[in-house]
Amino acid sequence: MTDSTTHRAIHAVWRIESARLIAGLTRMVRDVGLAEELAQDALVAALEQWPKSGVPNNPGAWLTATAKHRAIDLLRRGKRLQRKHEELGHEAEQETAVPDLDEVIDNDVGDDLLRLMLISCHPVLSTEARVALTLRLLGGLTTEEIARAFLVAEPTVAQRIVRAKRTLAEAHVPFEVPRGDELVARLSSVLEVIYLVFNEGYSATAGDDWIRPALCEDALRLGRILAELVPKEPEVHGLVALMEIQASRLRARVGPTGEPVLLLDQNRALWDRLLIRRGLAALERAGALGGEQGPYVLQAEIAACHARATTAAETDWARIAKLYETLAQRMPSPVVELNRAVAVGMAFGPAAGLELVDVLTAERSLAGYHLLPSVRGDLLTKLGRFDEARAELERAASLTRNARERHLLLERAEACARASRGPSQ
Amino acid sequence: MRFMVLMKADKDTEAGVLPSEELLTAMGKYNEELVKAGVLLAGEGLHPSSKGARVRFSGGKRTVIDGPFAETKELVAGFWLWQVKSREEAIEWVKRCPNPGEGDVEIEIRQVFEPDDFGPALTPELREAEERLRAQAVAKQ
Repeated sequence: MTDSTTHRAIHAVWRIESARLIAGLTRMVRDVGLAEELAQDALVAALEQWPKSGVPNNPGAWLTATAKHRAIDLLRRGKRLQRKHEELGHEAEQETAVPDLDEVIDNDVGDDLLRLMLISCHPVLSTEARVALTLRLLGGLTTEEIARAFLVAEPTVAQRIVRAKRTLAEAHVPFEVPRGDELVARLSSVLEVIYLVFNEGYSATAGDDWIRPALCEDALRLGRILAELVPKEPEVHGLVALMEIQASRLRARVGPTGEPVLLLDQNRALWDRLLIRRGLAALERAGALGGEQGPYVLQAEIAACHARATTAAETDWARIAKLYETLAQRMPSPVVELNRAVAVGMAFGPAAGLELVDVLTAERSLAGYHLLPSVRGDLLTKLGRFDEARAELERAASLTRNARERHLLLERAEACARASRGPSQ
Repeated sequence: MRFMVLMKADKDTEAGVLPSEELLTAMGKYNEELVKAGVLLAGEGLHPSSKGARVRFSGGKRTVIDGPFAETKELVAGFWLWQVKSREEAIEWVKRCPNPGEGDVEIEIRQVFEPDDFGPALTPELREAEERLRAQAVAKQ
């Protein structure tokens, strides 16, 4: 094996082992930052030794043993120091008995991973910090990879991570799995972070940088891991289902020249059937747990309606409209309401959709949102009210920041103008 | 990126000998690890080639050949589909697999093509044509 192939092998081992390693070490030393340093030290040791000795048969165990030795040294040194303090008559009542370390690091791997996810997404941290820390500690991404994925400078990400670790240490955030409602609340922050990572990759459509679409894979992987850690939380399966189904459309949502292709215009033959099947299975798992459907489960149900339709014309719009109605109750938002209006328009005719949209025109938070006049223009076109439609579509064009979309909207506005003049002219 | 991981056959799998309970347990545990790591997308075991068939294409002719097939070590006894970050990661995961047979058995790792793998050779125009073809192929099914 050459040095570079060994290095690549080491990084692969790191990707597989690092999260569990850091999680176990955090439980030992009670400090995420320190735990990551210890794990990194073990990685450096591997990078020094494995090119000479070869990759050991059980590389994960090697990394764990190496990191653990360093942790024990550290704890003993700390204890010795403390004893010295005691001899000198200093107060040191704290419990610092070195626990049975083998047991501490080998047992409860799942719980440790969950604790690590919860602490990385702790509410005491900013959203950016949560994302960076999660990708770094649980996704095994390097600072450079995170920086490229989010189009920010590497030192910025490095600083975010350093600061996040310091914040966690200063706030004495416990390394724990809370129970009941608190667990649900803390999990929702984890779900939010994972979905944010997914969307960051998903919204970067044709980008030249291959790292951004890879973010979808990172998010999916984190979601799938979380679903096994807390298999009884329906919303976790809901998020996984939502991401699997959305990811199934990745190939179809960008046209040959990089332009975005809307859901109803997509070539469904390009949808990834395997991911759709996985998404539907995750949704079934969520459903089997019973209880009230949460926002992720409902959004996944809506995505599933599209996934099940072989052609756009076969879409069960009435069901989608109903699901949006429930979603609007659980998570009231003008954007959800606008989506509901579209579904109602498709299911029960443009007049019914327009009725809902008209209510929203008074909504302040949607004032600069181009999709409102765009949807309204679309419904008015279907109703044959071409002059009003044209005005709405032009307004939508003036509001969007996307050049391709503006072009499309202006084309539709022009079509309305022609229709309005009538066929004789 | 995705990899198809192919478990090759041996004389036992070809004879239809079912795995021992011990191996089944070990494999079950391994698969669970793959699921917990978010790596496993799909996987199945295959019946011996005696239950399979081949269709040979030669010019305009198609000839059906019934199993079993002779070259045991080249046959596939099962497969997984994994989503990992690199070929090396796939290799690391394969190395963790319990030894599936008594004698020498091989597991082969093959990367699945993604549209971007064709690189610039696949121009937008070509890609569109290919997608049209695919759409037609599906429509005909």
